[in-house]
Amino acid sequence: MIQTKTIPDFSAPVHIDQVGIEERASRFTKRSIKNESKLNGLMLALNMIDLTTLEGKDTEGKVKQLCYKAQHLHDAYPGLPTVAAICVYPSMVKTAKAALGDSGIKVASVSTAFPSGQAPRDVKIRDTKFAVQHGADEIDMVISRGKFLEGEYNFVFDEIAAIKEACGEARLKVILETGELVTYDKVRKASDIAMYAGADFIKTSTGKISPAATMPVTLVMLEAIRDFYYKTGKKIAMKPAGGISKSKLALHYLVMLNEVLGEDWMNNEWFRFGASSLANDILMQLMKLRTGVYQSANYFSID
Amino acid sequence: MATKKNNTIKLKFDSARNLAPAPESKSAAKIDPQYDLFINGKFEKPSGKKYFPTINPATEEKLSMIAEANTADVNKAVVAARTAYDKTWKKMPAAERAKYIYRIARMIQERAREFAIIETLDGGKPIRESRDFDVPTAANHFFYYAGWADKLEYAFPNRRTEPLGVAGQIIPWNFPLLMAAWKIAPALACGNTVVLKPAENTSLTALKLAEIIQEADLPPGVVNIITGAGATGAAIVNHADVNKIAFTGSTEVGKIIQRAIAGTNKKATLELGGKAANIIFDDAPLDQAVEGVINGIFFNQGHVCCAGSRLYVQESVFKEVVRKLKDRLETLIVGDPMDKNTDIGAINSKAQLDIINKYIRIGQQEGAEMYQPSCAVPKKGFFCKPTIFTNVAQSNRIAQEEIFGPVLAIQSFRTDDEVIEKANNTPYGLSAGVWTDKGSKIFNLTTKLRAGVVWANTFNKFDPTSPFGGYKESGYGREGGLQGLSAYVNIIENR
Repeated sequence: MIQTKTIPDFSAPVHIDQVGIEERASRFTKRSIKNESKLNGLMLALNMIDLTTLEGKDTEGKVKQLCYKAQHLHDAYPGLPTVAAICVYPSMVKTAKAALGDSGIKVASVSTAFPSGQAPRDVKIRDTKFAVQHGADEIDMVISRGKFLEGEYNFVFDEIAAIKEACGEARLKVILETGELVTYDKVRKASDIAMYAGADFIKTSTGKISPAATMPVTLVMLEAIRDFYYKTGKKIAMKPAGGISKSKLALHYLVMLNEVLGEDWMNNEWFRFGASSLANDILMQLMKLRTGVYQSANYFSID
Repeated sequence: MATKKNNTIKLKFDSARNLAPAPESKSAAKIDPQYDLFINGKFEKPSGKKYFPTINPATEEKLSMIAEANTADVNKAVVAARTAYDKTWKKMPAAERAKYIYRIARMIQERAREFAIIETLDGGKPIRESRDFDVPTAANHFFYYAGWADKLEYAFPNRRTEPLGVAGQIIPWNFPLLMAAWKIAPALACGNTVVLKPAENTSLTALKLAEIIQEADLPPGVVNIITGAGATGAAIVNHADVNKIAFTGSTEVGKIIQRAIAGTNKKATLELGGKAANIIFDDAPLDQAVEGVINGIFFNQGHVCCAGSRLYVQESVFKEVVRKLKDRLETLIVGDPMDKNTDIGAINSKAQLDIINKYIRIGQQEGAEMYQPSCAVPKKGFFCKPTIFTNVAQSNRIAQEEIFGPVLAIQSFRTDDEVIEKANNTPYGLSAGVWTDKGSKIFNLTTKLRAGVVWANTFNKFDPTSPFGGYKESGYGREGGLQGLSAYVNIIENR
């Protein structure tokens, strides 16, 4: 955690101009990514994916399949990277950990009464500790949006700090659920609170609320990370999640990342895509680059 | 614990610029080896038989040969315009005029890609800008004024208007097609005929527009487009049968025109230079303000009369803004204008590059601190790195004189009154920008800044419905919007 004396006053207003931030975000989409830049970008995006299954109907069988897919994205294309992590509920962490073995792929677990976060703090802490004890490398917590919108910033801050403590060695991703915060000002404020309270990652969304990740929201968060880095010297990672299912959009995100935070962030330690269907779209594009023709979705395994 | 000093932290952006080339195809546009003068609906050889080359400033390669119109050619064009005015255009029902203007707009849209490519090849601006800004905005101007043609009685309620007659129009090299649209569209809508001269180093898109006007079957002589340099322009200004001069260009030439038409009955609108103040308060959305500053000064390589070339930053956020600006500069891509990823293209001409470099030297000699990003620029062609100066004084020449290039002079200020005074302390008054989250502050400044356009929390936004024009040495008259109509009509008070 950052020294108390450097923690800003979170009740002070922040200024994000909606028109301006949306205009800037759309400018990144004007970059034309071709040839080797496209190939490198797609490979990198693939390697940044947190392959996710977060459903009530998840079973061990489903999670095992997903873990196999994570290690063998498309064996018809040798030399592909793996995804960065598998993201599951706490009850599936043990299964995932075992299935992934020493592949180097991380196990991320959502926690803190995901996705609503409407539970007492001790439950959230136990939820987190449970996942960590079963081997989770990363914890994806949700903030208490209700408290945040009430202006109870200290509550939100303390909760994140408490979960961070419960994480131990695991890296903490803090989900802001930007679709419920609505305005860019609030996204920025929540980002600052999360980073000062000890987040290792800030993450846009649970994927359960629409809109999930958008480019302008992600841009606000990347700029928050940059300003935090200049103030404290501490790097924070970013994870947009939900709604990124096409390669082209993923490349736009990478352009944005590269132009806001620079190349130090251009790897899966500092940036992730939370997505379930993005991987196959990237694979489809990679096969197109390699063979010159598009193959149908039937040629790519879904799990 | 040893903590890293903040000033040692630096983000790395090398890879952000090294994208694989993504060039637009030259072959999608047709450029003839030689262009003649467009007079009375036909392309005619210049009577002096002289042609001059037009080059691509990014490669210094010749694109085409352009006809040079002499006094005789100018006379021919004015006679054609007068005849068309008397015989056809003046008498045509306004709704019919509107159809022609609308048709031109549609044809520009249909050939947008070709226009964008030629604009970029001939002028050096990035294809992203000609594609996304110049060409669509030009088409929009024709659409907008097509709508006004038969509604002039609503534009001037309870008053009758009549067209002026023949309008002589002289446009600059920074937005060749767009300026032609700004000039031609309202003139035609109000019932005037036109003799237009594009700048000598960027004639191609105006000549392409002439082709469209021919194809659109506009009655011969309603629009004449003649090419040439200063002497051709002077011949238009001095022609006795021209009723109106519309000029966009330098203040120096504007003054010459003003003198030349003194004592004549010619009406004039002059849109001249600028040295706009862009003002950032400490409660501004800083990242968006920085982006606005970038767009304000580096849009079209800074070849914009309303460019935000003076930046005033409130002292409490000065360091942060300058840091953000420097980071943003590192991600700008300077290079081949035809590449879709290029942010800053070629300087329009060798002469202009020399002027910009002269001012960069002056800035350094004056003791201002220069910063340029570490990007490489192409060896061939005319290029200039985006440049910012800090430690600038109000009395520095780089803060007073129009540079017309990608050079920004940054100063700090403490109070609202101070910055208003400094922003107005210039012979120019074309545009200004204000960045603050506080609405009341915006209104306070917009009423006190002596500039024709004041943008709030944005910069360099243009729309056909919005008037544009200057105070003081930035000229007079308004173009665009309802106000742009009054520059092309005589108002008769009682109907």
